[in-house]
Amino acid sequence: MAEKKSNTKIEAMSFEQALNELENIVEQLEQGNESLKRGVELYERGVALKTHCETQLREAQMKVEKIEARAGKAVGTTPVKNGDNG
Amino acid sequence: MDTRSNEPSEYSVSELSQKIKRHLEDGFDVVRVRGELGKVATPPSGHIYLSLKDDKAVLDGVIWRSNARALAFKPEIGLEVIATGQLRTYAPQSKYQISIDSIAPAGEGALMAMLEKRKRKLAAQGLFDEERKRELPFLPQIIGVATSPGGAVIHDILHRLSGRFPRHVLLWPVQVQGEKCAAEVVAAVRGFNALKPGGDIPRPDIIIVARGGGSLEDLWPFNEEEIVQAVAASDIPVISAIGHESDTTLIDLAADKRAPTPTAAAEFAVPVRSELLETVENFARRLNLANTRRLETAAERLNQSARHIRRASDILSPLMQRFDNIEGRLKRAFAHGHAIQVERFASLGARISLHALRKQLDTAVDRFDTIKTRVNRSVHTMLSDLNKKLEAHGNLLEAFSHQRVLERGFALVWEGKNLVSRAEQARAGTEVSLEFAGNNRVQATIASESSAKPKKKPASKTTKEQESLFKKS
Repeated sequence: MAEKKSNTKIEAMSFEQALNELENIVEQLEQGNESLKRGVELYERGVALKTHCETQLREAQMKVEKIEARAGKAVGTTPVKNGDNG
Repeated sequence: MDTRSNEPSEYSVSELSQKIKRHLEDGFDVVRVRGELGKVATPPSGHIYLSLKDDKAVLDGVIWRSNARALAFKPEIGLEVIATGQLRTYAPQSKYQISIDSIAPAGEGALMAMLEKRKRKLAAQGLFDEERKRELPFLPQIIGVATSPGGAVIHDILHRLSGRFPRHVLLWPVQVQGEKCAAEVVAAVRGFNALKPGGDIPRPDIIIVARGGGSLEDLWPFNEEEIVQAVAASDIPVISAIGHESDTTLIDLAADKRAPTPTAAAEFAVPVRSELLETVENFARRLNLANTRRLETAAERLNQSARHIRRASDILSPLMQRFDNIEGRLKRAFAHGHAIQVERFASLGARISLHALRKQLDTAVDRFDTIKTRVNRSVHTMLSDLNKKLEAHGNLLEAFSHQRVLERGFALVWEGKNLVSRAEQARAGTEVSLEFAGNNRVQATIASESSAKPKKKPASKTTKEQESLFKKS
């Protein structure tokens, strides 16, 4: 398995990127071929990725806005209340 | 009788045109006519000029701007239509035409035939190709929805989104049927694409174009070429959800994903949050478990290494023994009283002292737990090097020792091959040779014997013993 570039800033990662890297790290650690030092680094990054994913999942909120268009261009938005009226 | 009464009345051209006009317009009132659209012209004035034809005749027609705006579909060449209107003459050009109030496709068959033709044309442009279709983002942050702001469709989408994964939704209101529909949907798709990521209005990661069920005519705008082109050109992936599952419009073919219903569109757009949470928790568990196992394995390996270190000292001990052995022999050699040897040994000893060697060994052993094999090799090499060095020094020492003594004025007394080291061994009249420094020998004869009694040991044994000291080990 190719070494994923693991120096990407986690805060800038999409949920999917973070989840994929977390999965890679878990698999790498489970194979147990890494050195002890590398293993500790991977574990720490794994924990950070997990937190990043969890935050995105837990903080998700519904927000609905209606576009105001003028001449085919979006010029503003108005919040739509009762976004989930179901 | 007036002969002139048999003659046709005479009109001016205008008078005749007037008469024809009255005849035609009064005689027909409102007409419905079926025919195929022969030509269609849509000048900027907003009026539509067209012709209706069948296999024998052609009828020109016009749709004035006020009526053209209210049309539910765009007249297209080749489409069979039914037009309703009044006949009108145009006197300056000796022409008549139908002024159309309303026009509609002549049944679904006519529409379907035209749709097929358009579909083939757009397919030939590659707009429906599978390889054009982009993958939908796994988890969009912003979802753009182009649909009617009221009604069940937007409700269904928002409801399903909030149930699966609450998101930021931008609703671009559009008419979902009628003449303006196509242009508004095109504007929405292009408008979403024109938004800058991170701008005041964030750019959607995915667009849903949705509409509820309806008749073929109701859904017709979603077959318009301009909509197909706009969706195909969208940089943002598009999900279409038009009508019911059985209705397929051309926008569905151009979209990256076709959803059978608005609710399904929401399901395609986002994953289920609770499932993802579970996935993440599961990874976290595995992460911790793998880490614990790693640490345990590492501890086990550490223990093994410690055992290896003990085994390594087993390997080293024979070498140590050899070292001790040589050291002992050197000591014995020095004990024979050669001051120079003692001196040299002292300096040699300082350089290769046991203590220093042990220190180096300790260092090597310390390094052992991290690089076991390398250390094994290097300690071996180091020891055998030391060993060789030591032996070389010993040999050198032997070679030089008695020569040095001879240089100080001593001489060795040989009887044949035996060394005469004690006076008692020298018998009067014996031929001996005296060895001086530089391996030079002179012959001599013993003149007189020592008065001391010879020892019990045979002289040869003593000599041998002494000789062996100088022999190579």
